Amino acid sequence: MLYQRTLKTTACALAIFGSLALGGTAEAQDAVNLRMTIWSANEAHLKLFNEIAAGFKRDHPNVSVTYESLPFETYTTALTTQIAGGNAPDMAWIFETSAYDFVKSGALYPLTDTLKAAEGYNLEEVGTGATERWTEDGKLYAYPFSTSPFAVFVNNDLIKAAGAKTPAEMIAAGEWTWDNAIGTAAAVAKSGKGGLVVRDFNYQAWQYLTSVWSGWGASPWSEDGKTCTMADKPMADALTFIHDAVFTKKAIPGPGETVDFFAGNAAMTITQISRASLLPKEKAFSWDLVPLPKGSAGEYALIGQAGIGVMQSGKNAETAAEFVAYMTNPENSAKLSQFFPSARKSLLNADILKKTNPLLSQEQIEKVVISGIATGKVMPGHTGFAQIQQMVRSNLDAVWRPEADVPATLQKICGQIGPLLKR
Amino acid sequence: MAVAQENARPEGRSSSPFWTIARRDSLAGFLFIAPQLIGIVVFVLIPLGLVFWYSLHEWNVLANTFTYTGAQNYRMLMEDENLLEVLGATAIFSAGLVIFNLSLALLLAVLLNQKLAGIAVFRTLFFSPVVVSLVAWTIVWGFLLQKNGGINGMLLTFGIEGPNWLREETTAMISVIVVQVFKNVGLNMILFLAALQGVPKELYEAARIDGAPAFKQFRRITLPLISPTILLTSIITIVGSLQVFAQIAVLTQGGPGLSTTVLVYYLYQQAFQFHFFGYGSTLSILLFAIVAILTFAQWQMRKRIVFYES
Repeated sequence: MLYQRTLKTTACALAIFGSLALGGTAEAQDAVNLRMTIWSANEAHLKLFNEIAAGFKRDHPNVSVTYESLPFETYTTALTTQIAGGNAPDMAWIFETSAYDFVKSGALYPLTDTLKAAEGYNLEEVGTGATERWTEDGKLYAYPFSTSPFAVFVNNDLIKAAGAKTPAEMIAAGEWTWDNAIGTAAAVAKSGKGGLVVRDFNYQAWQYLTSVWSGWGASPWSEDGKTCTMADKPMADALTFIHDAVFTKKAIPGPGETVDFFAGNAAMTITQISRASLLPKEKAFSWDLVPLPKGSAGEYALIGQAGIGVMQSGKNAETAAEFVAYMTNPENSAKLSQFFPSARKSLLNADILKKTNPLLSQEQIEKVVISGIATGKVMPGHTGFAQIQQMVRSNLDAVWRPEADVPATLQKICGQIGPLLKR
Repeated sequence: MAVAQENARPEGRSSSPFWTIARRDSLAGFLFIAPQLIGIVVFVLIPLGLVFWYSLHEWNVLANTFTYTGAQNYRMLMEDENLLEVLGATAIFSAGLVIFNLSLALLLAVLLNQKLAGIAVFRTLFFSPVVVSLVAWTIVWGFLLQKNGGINGMLLTFGIEGPNWLREETTAMISVIVVQVFKNVGLNMILFLAALQGVPKELYEAARIDGAPAFKQFRRITLPLISPTILLTSIITIVGSLQVFAQIAVLTQGGPGLSTTVLVYYLYQQAFQFHFFGYGSTLSILLFAIVAILTFAQWQMRKRIVFYES
C-alpha cells in the first residue's frame, strides 16, 4: 500500500514538474534575444538605441535587443573573433572599409525583401550611391544607416589670435583652397598651438587622408578596385603636399605628436560632422564648420558610411532583419540622423536636419551636410582591406620622415599591393 | 573505515579484492593531480592539437568555410617574404630583452642585497611594476614616449632634443624592449635576490682571507652558486619575450615598417585582422617549435653552465 501510494505521489509530482518544465521551455523558445555589436559607447547614442529597441518590443513583446559596444580601433577584429568563436552577434555595425569583405563573403543575411515588405519603409528613397557598397547581385546586405560627410571644424579664436584669415573669410573671398588652409594652419602652429589635424589618421589609418588627397583627384586604386593608382601623379602630388605641410611648414602635427582640436589645441580638424558632439561645453571657443578646401582638382566631398547587417549564422536572422527594418524606417532614421546622417532623401532637407542637429547653423547644414551627402564619394574600401591597409601603412612609414622619397615609396607600395588588388 | 571492512571479510573468499592498497594509492594520486591534468589537457594539449589541425586548413571565418589544404599553409610559410624580417625583429627583441633584463635584474639584486635601513622600500619599489596591469603600464609609456611626450619634455629642460621614439626603427625597438624590461625586471630581481641570500657567507669570508678582490669573489663564488637561478630566469625570460604582444599592439602596431613586428604580433595580424586563421595557426606552430627548441637547448646546456649539475 505504502509502496503504491509513494509511486502515485511520485508520478503526480513528475507530471506537475514535467508540465511546468515543458511550459517553461515553450516560453523560452518564444523569447528572442537579439544582440547587436556597435562601436559607440556614447551614452546619448545608447539611450536612443534602447528607445528604438523598446519601441520594437511593443509590437514584438517576445523580442529583446541588447547592444554590445566594442572598441572602435579593434572593432572588426573583435567582431570576426566572435564569429570565429561561434558566438556571432545577430546584427552588427560594419565599417565602410570592410563592407566588401562582409557583403561578398556571404556572412550577411539579405535584407531587401524584409525592408521592402516593411510598412512605410520606402527603400527607394535611399539613393543607389549610398547603397552601392552594401549591395551584391541586386540584393542589399547591410543598410547604410550613417552617411556622414567629412568637413573642417575651425577654432576661430586661435586663428584670429595668430592674425591669420579664418576659413569663413576665405570662403567669402573665394580663396578656400588647400594652399591657403595650410597657410592659416602654419600661422597658428607658429604661435605654439596645433595647425590642422586629420582626425583618426595618426600616421596609421592612412585611409583618412582621403579627405585631403581627393582634392588632387587621387585615389589608392582604380574605380573597379583592380589597379593600384597610388603611384600616379595625383597621389604623388597630394602626398608631397601633405609631406611638405607636415615637415616643412609644420602646419600638420607630425608623427608621434598628439593635438586635440576639441580641447581647443588646434586651429582646424578634418572629421565627420557627427563629432560635433565633442565640442566643449565649458571653456567653449568660437567654432565653425566648413566644407573641405578646394584642391588642384577642384571642389570635392567625402562621406564615411556605416552599415547595419544581419549575420547569416544567427538563429534569429529573420527577426533580426525585421528589427533592422524597424530601426531604420523613416521615423527612426529621423531620430538617428541627429548622430548619424541618413541617406534618405526625405530627411535631407535643412528644416529636418536643423531640428536634429541643433549645434549646426542653417548655412552649415546646407553647405556641409546636404551638399556633402549629395555629392560626396565614399571612403575607399576593398575586399581584404585589412591586409592591404597594413601593407600600405608599413610602407607609408617611410614617407613620414623629413627626408622621404615620396614617389619611390609609392612605386614600392603599388608593387606590393598590386597582386592583392587583382585577387 | 573501508580498510577495516575489507579486513573483516570472511577468509573463505580467496579472490583478492580489486581495490588493493597500491591501486587505491594510485587512484588517490591521480585524483590529486586531476585538476592540473584536466587543465593541461583542456587548455594546452587539445588547443595545441586543434591549432595543428587548423594549420592544415584554409578557414574563412566570414564565409564560414573550412577547407582541407594539406601542407599549403606550410608552403606559404616558406614563401612568405615578410617572414625573415619578422623573425629578425623577433630575434633582436628577444636577445635585447634577455640581455638587458637579466643584467639589470642581477645588478639590482646585488645592490639591494645589503643590510641597510629602508632597503625593503627599494625592493618594493623595483618590484611594484610587476603587479601593475600590463596594458595600463604600456599606455602610460606610450604617452611618455611620444614626440611631444614626457621623456622628450624632460630632455628638453637639459637642452636636448629627443628623438621620435616610437617612429624611428632603432628607437622604436629599443623603446619596446625598455618598456618590457622595466615592467618585468622586478620578478627576476626577486629571484636573484633569493638566490644571492642563499650563498653561504663563509665562502666570502674564506675568499677575503685569501685576499680575493670583490670582483673575483663575484665571478668565482656568487655567479657559480646562483647559476641555477640564472638558467631559470633566462628560460622564463626568453619564452616570455617570444610571446610579447600587448606592448607592440599598444606602442607601435608593429611599425615603423615591419621593424617591431614580432612573430606573435604577425600571427595576430594574419589570423585576427586579415582573417587567415589557417595561416595564423601555421605561424603559431612555428612559434611553438622555436620556443620548444630554445628551451630544450637551454636545458641541455645546464650541465655546462649550472654549477650544481654534473
